Amino acid sequence: MASEEHIIDLKHVSKRFGDKTVLDDINLYIRKGEFVTLLGPSGCGKTTTLRLIGGFLAPDEGEILLDGKDISSIPPYKRPFNTVFQRYALFPHLDVYENIAFGLKLQKVPEDEIERRVKRVLKLVSMSDYEDRDVDSLSGGQQQRVAIARALVNQPKILLLDEPLAALDLKMRQDMQIELKEMHKKLGITFIYVTHDQEEALTLSDTIVVMNEGKIQQIGTPIDIYNEPVNCFVADFIGESNILKGKMLRDRRVAFIKHEFDCVDEGFGEMTPVDVVVRPEDIYFTTDPAKCQFKATVNSCTFKGVHYEMWVDTDTGYELMIQDYDPYPVGAEVMLYIDPDDIQVMRKERTRNVMDGKMVDETHVEMIGGVFECLPQEGIAPGDDVRVTVRFEKVDLEDHQEEGVVAGEVHFLLYKGDHYHLTILTEDGYHVWVDTNDIWDKGDLVGITIAPEDLLIEKKNEA
Amino acid sequence: MKRFLAKTYIWILLILLYTPLILIAVFSFTESKVLGSWTGFSTRLYENLFTGRIQGSATLLSAVENTLLIALVSAAVAMLLGTVAAIGIFNLQGRKRRVVSFLNNIPMINPDVITGVSLFLLFIFLHFSQGYLTVILAHISFGTPYVVLSVLPKLQQMNPNVYEAALDLGATPVQALRKVLIPQLRPGMVSGFILAFTMSLDDFAVTFFTRGTIGLETLSTYIYADARKGGLTPELRALMTLIFLIILILLIVINVRQAKMNKDKE
Repeated sequence: MASEEHIIDLKHVSKRFGDKTVLDDINLYIRKGEFVTLLGPSGCGKTTTLRLIGGFLAPDEGEILLDGKDISSIPPYKRPFNTVFQRYALFPHLDVYENIAFGLKLQKVPEDEIERRVKRVLKLVSMSDYEDRDVDSLSGGQQQRVAIARALVNQPKILLLDEPLAALDLKMRQDMQIELKEMHKKLGITFIYVTHDQEEALTLSDTIVVMNEGKIQQIGTPIDIYNEPVNCFVADFIGESNILKGKMLRDRRVAFIKHEFDCVDEGFGEMTPVDVVVRPEDIYFTTDPAKCQFKATVNSCTFKGVHYEMWVDTDTGYELMIQDYDPYPVGAEVMLYIDPDDIQVMRKERTRNVMDGKMVDETHVEMIGGVFECLPQEGIAPGDDVRVTVRFEKVDLEDHQEEGVVAGEVHFLLYKGDHYHLTILTEDGYHVWVDTNDIWDKGDLVGITIAPEDLLIEKKNEA
Repeated sequence: MKRFLAKTYIWILLILLYTPLILIAVFSFTESKVLGSWTGFSTRLYENLFTGRIQGSATLLSAVENTLLIALVSAAVAMLLGTVAAIGIFNLQGRKRRVVSFLNNIPMINPDVITGVSLFLLFIFLHFSQGYLTVILAHISFGTPYVVLSVLPKLQQMNPNVYEAALDLGATPVQALRKVLIPQLRPGMVSGFILAFTMSLDDFAVTFFTRGTIGLETLSTYIYADARKGGLTPELRALMTLIFLIILILLIVINVRQAKMNKDKE
């Protein structure tokens, strides 16, 4: 198992492609013998991080340490790591044996030792009889095993795996997960694994690093990450969740869906706006009126194999997802409760849009790449730098990009029980957050408008 | 009826295309001085060709030698340059890649006369004395785009990670190129070589403008000069037939290779 000794340290690592920042000040350490997974949606920077460790890319800033020594300038062929690539990357002009022996031959290992080691590693991946086969004649799963064998035969200090199971079908993927886990246990070397599949990450890892938009969101054990997500992104990305607007009343007491609950969180202060996560399997049905915390009506009920997934409407007008082994009929009035332990309270990342702008004239302000109309401002002259604050629910979205002052697309969305919280990425790369009851999909193109009276404008303090 | 028309059309087309070639081939087996009169079957023209008993045979043989030498050298250099260029173009991004590919295609559609004259002017401008070297340089310049064009698809078919996989397993960039990249590009390189070779073999215009005044003759310039002197030397009929056969065989080789590669992929 993992020791405390660090094998890899990333310190303040940043990477840009052109003017796009793909990694922004990444700090991360990996312990010797650990199974670490870099998890996130596509474009989050996880593969870039792996390629930096492998030496296929150089960081623009920061350093990468191996056993405490900077390896940023060491080329990949001199690093004691081996990689399993996403689409296997076997050499099609060589057979299985020659593919696996490739690295050993370059190291001028004696022929008889090569043979011994290739045979051993083929046995490890259960491919013993395939030595002479052409790699093109193998199935996807078999090619993947050869790719793993080709990497392991060199006895690397670290095995890097870039979405190695993404191209396999579900059943094969699950079998390979178990085998990988066993290989890791048997070999005792460090595995760094990249995936966008949260289930795979939860199954395999000692430690999960959740990434989004070039930043690390959370590092922790699978259980920590699942039970105590630090923000809405992590809560939404890992597993199913009900993410709700709430207010911390005082220590150990939180209000959401217009009810009050006991919880175990402290130190948020009194009357602090927060986000609350409740996993769908943590909302319980009861028939005991004394236990009941709130009532709801079952809206839909779907069989999911092991459990039923139900959507209920609470007596206060919120929608919640519940998973339970027993189904309740649609239309049934049910009594529900949540254990204090199962309520995860998160500090709000933001409470309103705050944007930098510049006054164009008395009734127009330029910000996020467009000129918005505002109410006449006193004491602010054209050309002044200003700070503009807009509440989430005051931003209007139009169906057509050209109807808005600024065009953008829906980048990320969260359902918060009674409304959607959207992240809009504008054409000029600004983020605008919107609360709305309308239904949008990720990737929808929208125009952004804001009513003049909803722009709260302050003059910036001269620095 | 429709099928009959279609078939007839194809046959007429093929006959029109191949009649001249067949005529030369047929009349290479008779001794008559002028094309068109049959004076009985004979392999005399072939014998003369190989024993050198023809008028000006020394120039003819040296023209054949020159042609082959120029074609081999220029195709070999074009193969190396074209492969490196293809790898470079492949690694460019978006717009740059399209622009450079476009620039690569222009020399192929540019009329030979213009290529020839412009190279001629360039060599004069650079004070190059024209001869072997300039002809080879010229042939490299029009052969290279064909190599680029036949290597690029091979790069596109290749798994983009194999080069990195080689580095990952301890190969230096040079070893990775030799042991992994080149073996996979080889079919494209060979096709490119054969194309550049045949383009060089039958080039007249570019050679004519870049060979200078030292009396360098290739087959095409020799034949041209010979024909202008008054009638074609009969032995040339035998020579042309042989050249046609060589090209035909090369083309068949390329096609068979391609068919085999496509079949391997399935």
